[in-house]
Amino acid sequence: MGLSTSPERRTVAYEPQSQEGWVTTRLDFLVNWGRANSLWPMPFGTACCAIEFMATAASRFDLARFGMERMSFSPRQADVLICAGRVPFKLAPVLRRIWQQMPQPKWCISMGACASTGGMFDNYAVVQGIDTIIPVDVYVPGCPPRPEGLLYGIRMLQQKVMAERSADRKIREEMNPDPSSQLYIPPSVIDELGEPFGNSVHQMRSAP
Amino acid sequence: MTEKFTIVHAGEALREVSAPITPRNVKHRGGEANPTAAALAERFPGVVQRSEVVWGDTSVYVAPASITEVMRWLHDDPEQRYDFLSDVTAVEYRDFDSPIEVVWHLRSLPFRRFLRVKAALPGNAPLAVPSVWDIWKGADWLERECFDMFGIRFDGHPDLRRLLMWEQYKEGFPLRKDFPLRGRFSRAEQLRQALAQNIESRYSMEELSIADAFEDLPPDMRKRLSTGERTGE
Repeated sequence: MGLSTSPERRTVAYEPQSQEGWVTTRLDFLVNWGRANSLWPMPFGTACCAIEFMATAASRFDLARFGMERMSFSPRQADVLICAGRVPFKLAPVLRRIWQQMPQPKWCISMGACASTGGMFDNYAVVQGIDTIIPVDVYVPGCPPRPEGLLYGIRMLQQKVMAERSADRKIREEMNPDPSSQLYIPPSVIDELGEPFGNSVHQMRSAP
Repeated sequence: MTEKFTIVHAGEALREVSAPITPRNVKHRGGEANPTAAALAERFPGVVQRSEVVWGDTSVYVAPASITEVMRWLHDDPEQRYDFLSDVTAVEYRDFDSPIEVVWHLRSLPFRRFLRVKAALPGNAPLAVPSVWDIWKGADWLERECFDMFGIRFDGHPDLRRLLMWEQYKEGFPLRKDFPLRGRFSRAEQLRQALAQNIESRYSMEELSIADAFEDLPPDMRKRLSTGERTGE
């Protein structure tokens, strides 16, 4: 947007893709301010991280200070998915469906080592990081993270929300892997890139 | 469900009623055996192979073929009354002759007794053992879990499906010794198969609370439920 200086073309051109002006940035600030301070979390608590999450929500640490007063146990009225705990493979389609049921704008916090990387559960049953299923905005390390850690992650997410621009068309795009795309990496290559995967007992995946 | 529930007080069949005490200085091997072991050996000579006392708990080794009658007797006999099945599990040994032992943990509430029954399955036969679901209905999920993790078939179980892993799980039986810790497939393939699973398919019609209202459901949901369940492997 810009006001042309020549008197014959004194029009307002609003092109969010190309340029941003004072009005849009102020509007973005207002929208983001509202969004960042009224995040409704969808708690997806599967393990001990959920206990710390409950402690965070309780009176001592008081998540309500950051506008997260209401736990939304329905994904359809939630803004931020907080995945607290390990996710087994059997739960992977459930988690993905919950994420798909959440309306835009939505964010995701991966709380704890297990949700972020699989943690110590490097075995046949546990998803090695929920970012293999759904996009993640903030990773909170810890096993489990203290409430202060989760609050820090939430503050980081709020900063991220504050920095969003409505002109960015890509920000709300939900991408599905497209095999014809240049960016698409087939699962076999991902698996190769994932090497080495051994532990003290089994150095190779194919080893008995 | 016409059977009436009876209230059982713990220790009610004991002659001298006293408060249970925590055993101290329990020996690793030996010690006082559960009187059931001797009674079992007397009642079923040849069936009970041996018994031992480890850390104060009695284990009885029983021939797998006679599990049903032994368990029925343990449950029904007025001097035994093992009315609670705590656990059904299995142990695998790297032994060709008896690769897997199935373990039942029984508890007698009236007598305050604990008994561990083991059955060593032969190595040259399919892994199968009679189900005790007829005796203790609680064996339902315990045996399903054991089947899921070890691949032991419980003959006579009404609904022997996987319990912990999903039904389309193709990698085998995770608690076997030959199962690699991270599964047989690559991570990407595991994730692909996990995401492809039908979420509803893991419930049987009895487990779904809408089973009674099945006829009232919309046709597409009815179709999905009827095709999704019990797909097997």
